[in-house]
Amino acid sequence: MKARVFVTLKPSVFDPQGRAIVEALHTLGYDKATDVRQGKYFLLDLDVATPAEAETMAAEISDRVLANPVIERFEIHVDADATPAGVVK
Amino acid sequence: MRFAVIVFPGSNCDHEAQYTTETVLGQDVSMVWHKETSIGPADAVILPGGFSHGDYLRTGAIARFSPVMGAVKAFAEKGGPVLGICNGFQILQESGLLPGAMLRNSDLRFHCEFVHVRVEQNDTPFTRLCTPGQVLKVPISHGEGNFFAAPDVIADLEKNRRIVFRYVTASGDVTDAANPNGSLASIAGVCSAQRNVVGLMPHPERACDPRLGSEEGLILFRSVIDQFASTDAMQAV
Repeated sequence: MKARVFVTLKPSVFDPQGRAIVEALHTLGYDKATDVRQGKYFLLDLDVATPAEAETMAAEISDRVLANPVIERFEIHVDADATPAGVVK
Repeated sequence: MRFAVIVFPGSNCDHEAQYTTETVLGQDVSMVWHKETSIGPADAVILPGGFSHGDYLRTGAIARFSPVMGAVKAFAEKGGPVLGICNGFQILQESGLLPGAMLRNSDLRFHCEFVHVRVEQNDTPFTRLCTPGQVLKVPISHGEGNFFAAPDVIADLEKNRRIVFRYVTASGDVTDAANPNGSLASIAGVCSAQRNVVGLMPHPERACDPRLGSEEGLILFRSVIDQFASTDAMQAV
């Protein structure tokens, strides 16, 4: 089972890296890019039987290790098939 | 008095901490590898600066799970003095022994320079020889020292006098220009609720000799030695 975890700074926390990126986008003329938040992406391989178990384990791992709850939030997507969904380039 | 300096893979100020306490101040020092489950017979613990585990994931995030951290926590809970310097401070935050977390410096630059900090509280083991408001010239060397905590946590730190050091000008004023990294409330260092665990981003151990540009960091180590000596004297009575 694969779980994808996205960790980003909480909306209330200033993201200096995201700010630097959005300013660069504006320099390039992407005026409609109004905000960028930079984050981290983790792909977990979990040897469990059900998506529910994968979700529970991924949430526990995210809470304890992958994210620091003082400044960050996380989002989990569990993929039942072996290949994660989404466009890969 | 015996200091234990905890050494993580990637610590790079462990020898400076040893030099300051052992060579300059004549104390005993044990270097304790992070895989140990005991810190041995120590009277104070130093978590030194550096880049433990390459700063992977987050600064201090992996070091927090090192076997030795159980012994450090137990030592802190018994009231033992613990000093976290730079990355050591970040490890103490990740461990939950100190509040807040560090964001990337607000200007996204790594700052390696002398700064001035004001001693806000002198009732901690590491500031007891300081006068309140004393300004110390000490170096910083970090890319992630931008202290952040939720507004209620900052209010609690203010109310309970747990902000131990603030970035200031040479004359002791809090200004935006004197804050090198964007830290909330210009926080450079804090202490635990019991006041025995202190963390700060500047490097007092790199300010231990005039030839290094400053010896004003020594007072932190002299303070804890003084506390140990007076506790010892009390026990002898």
